[in-house]
Amino acid sequence: MQDHPTPAEILESVATFLRDVVPSKLPPREAFDARVAANAVELVRRQLALNAETTQQDDAERQRLRSLLGSHGSLEELNQQLCARIAAGQLGLDDRELMEHLWTTTLAKVAVDQPTYASYQRTLAGRAGKE
Amino acid sequence: MTSNADSFQDALQAVVVARIPGVSAVHSLRHLSAGASMETWSFDAESTTGTIPLILRRRPPGNAQPEDFAGLGTEASVIQAAVAAGVKAPIVRYVLQPDDRLGGGFLMERIEGETIARKILRDPAFQAIHHVLLKQIAETAAHIHAVPLDRLPPLKMQSVAQTLDEWRQEYRSQGQSRPVFELTLRYLRDHEPKTPFTPRLVHGDYRMGNLIVGPEGLRAVLDWELCHIGDPMHDLAWLCLHPWRFGKIDSPAGGLGSREALYSAYENASGERLDRTRLRYWEIFGSLRWGLMCSGMVDWFRSGRDRSVERAMIARRASESELDLLRILEE
Repeated sequence: MQDHPTPAEILESVATFLRDVVPSKLPPREAFDARVAANAVELVRRQLALNAETTQQDDAERQRLRSLLGSHGSLEELNQQLCARIAAGQLGLDDRELMEHLWTTTLAKVAVDQPTYASYQRTLAGRAGKE
Repeated sequence: MTSNADSFQDALQAVVVARIPGVSAVHSLRHLSAGASMETWSFDAESTTGTIPLILRRRPPGNAQPEDFAGLGTEASVIQAAVAAGVKAPIVRYVLQPDDRLGGGFLMERIEGETIARKILRDPAFQAIHHVLLKQIAETAAHIHAVPLDRLPPLKMQSVAQTLDEWRQEYRSQGQSRPVFELTLRYLRDHEPKTPFTPRLVHGDYRMGNLIVGPEGLRAVLDWELCHIGDPMHDLAWLCLHPWRFGKIDSPAGGLGSREALYSAYENASGERLDRTRLRYWEIFGSLRWGLMCSGMVDWFRSGRDRSVERAMIARRASESELDLLRILEE
């Protein structure tokens, strides 16, 4: 077992440094890059925080794909098969199970990539309202 | 400043002094944006008639031009034709030649003003003119689309079907499996508008961020590198994509106002009636285009073409497009 602080805590302090301290010391272009770097560290922190959950999410995604496709394989193989079926027009917008699968998978990605994205927030609010 | 930067300033000065009559020196050189393939520099030239504020857009020597890009010499000619037709865009002062040894590119006059979309959308001084600005953006789009084609250099022109084929091939060659993109490719293939249209000059990246704005309104349209000949609805739809609303998602037209305000101002300026179904198709097309631009950055980053943090972060924005595509496809 490693000592503390945790990776998440250390990354948070790096992000704070990059966002709150560094930009004022740099020319505008490099200050912008420092803020982007702070966002990148935050993204990695979110992804690490979800790591245990990510494994579960991948398992759930694989389950959904098996059900949709009626076949087996790795997550990557199943996604390739799904792409091929969609491209061939065998699965499409009118398939409820497909669409629900795509929504679940996409929302899980955006939760890590860009949780403040306005249309993500709007989608979450809309889905909460329906339940 | 490093000696590298000094020698670049010396090289730039030598070219400007030789090529723009009356100029004796350049100063106040600033790097505005850095990409792997494109640089933008701001500087002032001292001349016998006073200070000339200038911008250099260049592709540094040794950088290949990305396939979709018009090329900087072509871009300069298009801007010149657009300005001649009354479009608000910077005056091109000089197109770099090979013996200038600065790479490909051109010099244009620098127009002061704001380009940062978040400021234009949120500062009270700008908010007061949002409706005026949106009208001017619509009118300027109509002016771009009215530039006579015989005044333009040869530009890329291809059918929607060809573009979709190209996208499919390129995206598959990257080895990514993206079911939402596949679904959209299939949708776009099955629903291409059949009504005829007149091919026009299309700006190709007409959006907040590429427009210079002052307190009185629109001053200039920038970044013409994705211009081509095609369906002009591309530009109006692109302006309405979610990423260019910068959080103002209930104001689809660039975060400034409604689609109908944009469309009706365009209709008044162009005298043409717009087909709303066609515009929706082009929004879906545009959203996929942006998603593919983002996901393609994985290759740029991994191959070492551009290892910047910014490039990596743009690659991780592809999921935003997937979300927006699901939303619009289910509307």
